[in-house]
Amino acid sequence: MEAEEESMDVEAILSAHQSKFKSTEVNKEVELQFDLGRLLATDLNEIEAQSLKTKQKDGYLLNLMRDNTQLLINEIWKFPVENNDGGISVQLPSPKTVLPREKPIPKEKEPTKWEQFAQTKGIAKKKRSKMVFDEKSQEWKPRWGYKRINDPKEDWLIEVPDNADPYEDPFEKKSEDRKERIAKNEYQRLRNIARADKSGRVKAPLPPAYAAKLNKHQVTHALGMARKSTASIGKFTPKLSKEPAAKSAGKKSKFRPVVGKKGEERALNLEILKKMSKKTDILDVKKATSKFISDEHEKAHAEKQQGIRKKKNKHVSHKAGKKPVKLMKQKARRKKR
Amino acid sequence: MRPLTEEETKVVLGKLSKYIGDNVKLLVDRPDGSYVFRLHKNRVFYVKEQIMRWATNVARKQMLSLGTCIGKFTHGGKFHLVITALDILAPHAKHKVWLKANSEQQFLYGHNVLKGGLGRITENTPTYQGVLVYSMNDTPLGFGVAAKSTQDCRHIDPGTTVVFNQADIGQYLRSEDQLS
Repeated sequence: MEAEEESMDVEAILSAHQSKFKSTEVNKEVELQFDLGRLLATDLNEIEAQSLKTKQKDGYLLNLMRDNTQLLINEIWKFPVENNDGGISVQLPSPKTVLPREKPIPKEKEPTKWEQFAQTKGIAKKKRSKMVFDEKSQEWKPRWGYKRINDPKEDWLIEVPDNADPYEDPFEKKSEDRKERIAKNEYQRLRNIARADKSGRVKAPLPPAYAAKLNKHQVTHALGMARKSTASIGKFTPKLSKEPAAKSAGKKSKFRPVVGKKGEERALNLEILKKMSKKTDILDVKKATSKFISDEHEKAHAEKQQGIRKKKNKHVSHKAGKKPVKLMKQKARRKKR
Repeated sequence: MRPLTEEETKVVLGKLSKYIGDNVKLLVDRPDGSYVFRLHKNRVFYVKEQIMRWATNVARKQMLSLGTCIGKFTHGGKFHLVITALDILAPHAKHKVWLKANSEQQFLYGHNVLKGGLGRITENTPTYQGVLVYSMNDTPLGFGVAAKSTQDCRHIDPGTTVVFNQADIGQYLRSEDQLS
């Protein structure tokens, strides 16, 4: 009796438990499209636009999402389930949907000078084997590197042509020539890099070796740039403790509005003029000395004139002040007097 | 078109005050209406405020000029006065030079003023002072810089340069395309 009751209980508990969850079977008018490699399900059924406008919008969307997720998971369960010791797993197929790449396509490398030339001449690159047969030693030797063919170290004798300088060491000349060729090649390599850099195609990031050589100023500058280089222009970049306040990297030009309040500009300009006039109040030595000399001359001239007048017993008042002087007629006038 | 910044205003007013001294104040604070300075395509214009307000309706690209062009800012940030500023400078000039009739033409061809061509000069003009150049019948001809002070002018020989030509009304013909 008791056992029967218990079994009844179990069934009741199970049904009660099951009623809490929805069925795994979902019916849809149009079947979903799956790309299981990307765990993607596409629902082509029409959305009930009406329920999106009501207050039950969230409930409707949640329900829709649950149903679709259920279908996706049903689909996953169709694959053979492997039982690993960590748990169960499913081998998903390879994805079908193509995703756009995150980074832009790398730019094409700028062709070197030789590559440009080869293209215009139609010279195709040929694959050269690493090993070359050496006729002298009747052996296969590498084209370059250790124990290479035509190794200059193995040359113990060099034939000196008639037109060669007799005092020249041909061995030394040979090694010198080799060094020169290497240097020339290096130069051309650098020139190619420079050309590519100029065209802006190749922008190498800051190499760590270079970064290590930065001085304090450059480091603070780089730090400031790095802090600012976020989507929010560094607004939320966390600060270090005791970090110095970043100096503003650039000055932003800010202009007054083209049309301001009436009379505002005049007041500003007068203010500037006031400031400027304060500066000019400082004694201008050159001007002062020339003024002094001019006054002296004037004085001497006046005295001289007075002397003449006294002799002639005439009285003419001397003109003073800032008035134009007729230079050319001055002499004539003096003569008349 | 935009108003001058404080630095630019200082440069412009400083340059004007080299020619008209304290009278710059009269240009800024005019009883006959409000006048403003405006920068447009590196040129500084002295313009009546009302006209400037009207000019805001013209697109920046389309606008060539407004008011009177008084000079231009060079790429290095210096300010050069141009001949069109003569009308503004002439009534307020502090230091003047009058040319004799026969040397007027030389000046209008862009040459410096020699002592021989000098008719009159304002007294107490120091060396390197900005001066306005007039003909003997008081027609403004241009402006320049005094190479010699009034005091020196009395003693030098007639072939010596007295005023360096900076701008003259001959430019209206000579460099018509470069003006404005």
